[in-house]
Formats: sequence, C-alpha cells, structure tokens
Amino acid sequence: MRQAVYIFKREFSSYFVSPIAYIVISIFLLVTGWFFFSTFFVNNQASMRNFFNLLPYIFSFVVPAITMRLFSEELNIGTYEILLTMPVTFFDIIIGKFVAAVSFIGAMMAPTLSYPFFISMLGDMDWGPVLGGYVGAMLLGSAFAAIGLFASSMTRNQIIAFITGVALCFALTILDQLLFFLPGVIVGFFQYISADYHFRNISKGVIDSRDFLYFLSFSFAGLYGTKLVMQGKR
Amino acid sequence: MIRAENLTKYYDNLCAVDHINLDIKKGEIVGFLGPNGAGKTTTMRMLTGFLEPTSGSIHVKEYDIEQNSLEIKRLLGYLPESAPLYHEMLVYDYLNYVADVGKLERDKKSARISQVADLCGIKEVMHKPVGELSKGYKQRVGLAHAMMNDPEILILDEPTSGLDPNQIVEIRDIIKEIGKEKTILLSTHILSEAEATCDRVIIINQGKIVADADMESLKQSVRGEYIINIALKNASFEEAERELKPADWITGIKQMDEDKAMLRIRVTCRASRDMREELYGMIKNRDWILLEFHQEERSLEKIFMELTKEN
Repeated sequence: MRQAVYIFKREFSSYFVSPIAYIVISIFLLVTGWFFFSTFFVNNQASMRNFFNLLPYIFSFVVPAITMRLFSEELNIGTYEILLTMPVTFFDIIIGKFVAAVSFIGAMMAPTLSYPFFISMLGDMDWGPVLGGYVGAMLLGSAFAAIGLFASSMTRNQIIAFITGVALCFALTILDQLLFFLPGVIVGFFQYISADYHFRNISKGVIDSRDFLYFLSFSFAGLYGTKLVMQGKR
Repeated sequence: MIRAENLTKYYDNLCAVDHINLDIKKGEIVGFLGPNGAGKTTTMRMLTGFLEPTSGSIHVKEYDIEQNSLEIKRLLGYLPESAPLYHEMLVYDYLNYVADVGKLERDKKSARISQVADLCGIKEVMHKPVGELSKGYKQRVGLAHAMMNDPEILILDEPTSGLDPNQIVEIRDIIKEIGKEKTILLSTHILSEAEATCDRVIIINQGKIVADADMESLKQSVRGEYIINIALKNASFEEAERELKPADWITGIKQMDEDKAMLRIRVTCRASRDMREELYGMIKNRDWILLEFHQEERSLEKIFMELTKEN
C-alpha cells in the first residue's frame, strides 16, 4: 500500500510539470464559468444549480483528457515495463494512478469553490445542494476517472484513449435524455445506469445511498476492468 | 539462482520461446545471445515477471514466480531494451522514486543514490530532465535504476545497443564491476561483447537453446581450427582439390565463387600449429599464380552464425 502512495505522488506531480495540467484547468474554468454565468443573472436566483447541471457534460470531456495519459503514455514510451517489474502489485499501480487522477479533478474543482462564496453575497444561498453538488462532483469525477483509466489501459495511443473515454462517459451522461425512444418497461433500468440521473439527485442535496452505490460501483467496475486488461497484457 | 524449466511463450499462434531450460548459478555473468527475434527479450520478460509464460516454471532462489512475484521483483534489477524512462522527471527525482518504491530506508537513501550515481557516472546530470539526456546517459540512468535497490540478480536487455564505441566500453566496464558480486544475465547480439564480459554464453535461436557453454570451453572448441582463403590464377577447382585433398590436416575445400579469371577457394584446416608454410609449398609446386593468401580464425562469430543459421 505504501507503494501506491509513491506511484500517486509521481503521477500527481507529473501532471504539474507539463503545461497540460494548467491548460486543462484553465479550459475547464473558462467553459464552466462562461456557460454558468452567461445565464446566471437572467435567472435571478442565488443558486448553483445550473453549474452542477453542466458538470456531467463537461466532465465527460475533461476527465478522459486527464486520464488518457496514465497508461497510454507508459505503454507508448515503454516505461510500463519498468513499472511492472518494480516491486509493486497491480493494485498499487491502479490505485496510485486512480487517486492521482481524482486528486487532479479535486484541484481543478477547487477554484470553483469561490462561486458559492460570492453568490451567497448576492442572495440567500441554500447550502445543502451546494455541498451535495461538490460531493456528487467528486463521486462523478471518480467514476469517470475509473472509466478513463480503463480506456487508457487498452491502448498506447492517447488520442484513442481520450476518444474511447469520452464516448463511454458521454454515453453514460446522456443516457437518460434518450429514454423517450425506449419502451416504458426498460426506462427504469436505463435511467438507473445513467450518470446524469444520479448526479442530479445528489446535487439537489438529496443524499441517497443508491446514488453513492452507483458511482462507487462504476468506479470499481472501471478499475477492475483496468486490472483485467493489465492481466491480459502479460 | 535462476531456474527455468520448459519455459514456453506463445503470442497468439506464434511461438516465441519453445521449451527452454535455464539454470543460472550465483555469481555468474551469463550472456544471452541470438539473432533478432530469437526470443531473448521474451525470455527475459518472463524471468522478470513482466510476461506470463504460456507454460513452464520459473524459480528465483526459493521463490516461484507465480506465487511470490513480489519477492522475485525485489531480488531482480531489470534494464529493459533501450532503457525506457519517464522523460519529464529529473534524474535525481527518478532515482529517488525508484528508491522509494524499492522500500529503501530513508536514512540510507541519499547515500545509496549518490553511490549508484557514482558507479554509473551520472553525477553530473543528476539535475537534468531525463528527456534531455543523450542515449548513453539514458542507458546509464536505466542501469542505475536496475541497481538502485542492490538486487542480487541483474537482468540487462541489450545494455549497449545504440551506443558509440566509447560508451560501449564504459558500460561494459560498469557491468564487469558490478559482476564481481552479482549474478548477471545480459542479452546481446554482439559476440565480442559476450566474449568481453561473460563467463558463460547461452545461444538461442527461434525460441530454442542451441548452445549453452562456458566461454572457455566454447573457445577451446574452435581453437586449432582455422580457415585459409586463397585466390589462384591458372588453376581449376578440380586440380586444386586433387592437389590439396591428400593432406590430412585439411578438412575441407570449398570454391567460393565462379570467376573465370581466378579461382577462389576456402581451405579449412585443423592443426595445432601454423600450416601456412606447408600450404604455400603445395601451391608453389604447381604452376599456379598465387594472388591472395589470407588466414582467418574460426571465431565465435562463425560458431554463432553456424548455430543460428536458418535451416
């Protein structure tokens, strides 16, 4: 387990030695800021709701961009061989990389904490949904990071890893918008596997164990899939 | 130290390594030779636990690779082919990371890093990003990585490939230096390298071991056998064969090319002393004109070529 910490440290710091981290964070803040605040004053409500509604869509593009290099780069340069012949387990490697990606998402979200602070000066804020929103955002980020990690483990090409990751995450996000095509019987099932549906529940401030379970099980599935891919490469 | 039995690896339907047995003893420097694609890298990757053998077993010391892969990884230092490294890290940070992952104690860490850096001659590049280093330095950083946690066994995959002659000599010296106390398995397709550094060579071709002998006995087997290349004018191959065949120290005569102007032949000799004088005497007896006369030793290169020729 201590080994996972070193892998985490290396991964997390390597995000910040290249400009990629700053570019991703800037783009994220710019896009969310623009979409959120362009309609914020029209609504005339001191709430973060629109911000959180945006997040699943933006995350499904940004998170795969964060995770795409985690395995693909190593496979491409060949450092994957070094990584696997060091005295570490698959578990150490996967957890180290996963936590690094989730921490990066946290670092990316951190500046947006100023939004609720300033909005609360404009009117009465309901802090429940804000808190729920941030907790939900981290859960959503974890699930997407695990899926992105899985996509990255499958290919040595970062672009392919990115596109695969986006496709999977975006599909999960928009699933519940497409339900009107489906017969009523299975709507419930597809709604349940849609990320957006669960995220909306949490970001309303409703803490339901089912939503937690949903994100945790997707994280687990992604990480377990990664382990299977790594085993298959041996 | 390392014992592999019936080691086999298939890539889909392609058989890369075919039932090979290895037994490497403590303190040996073993050269792993073979043409490209013979299965050297695949074998090494299986020994390090990076690849899983299709069948067969690997034991390092008393550990089995399936049950105790973590313990084995701790005993091994591995330098993969072309030394892949994290380009964005500083050399010092990289070695520090390797030391941490290898569970080196905090108080011994910096001493060990500088010791290894000293041995590999990378002191002056410690604060440069790995990506900016030349090939030779990268190879040394890779070597430093392999040695960082003081492993008992080093597995080096083509440690000198792509280096200039000076760097090759330097890396070889480092390997010899380490080899005084460690067990080393190194792969190469350069014979002189194996000759210069190894106690024992294993030659592998198309996934099978075709020779496994210590350097001395391999050299012994070629001693006393040499080849003399001759070019003659006014002679035919039949004539030459008739003239030279009776000598009992000539074991073979071969015509090299069909050239009307001159006859090129290759005479294989087996004798404990120099037979050039005698051969020259035999040629002088005839009215042939001698154009070329050149002796070559039947070197390891030849053995290697014979053993690894496609059949």
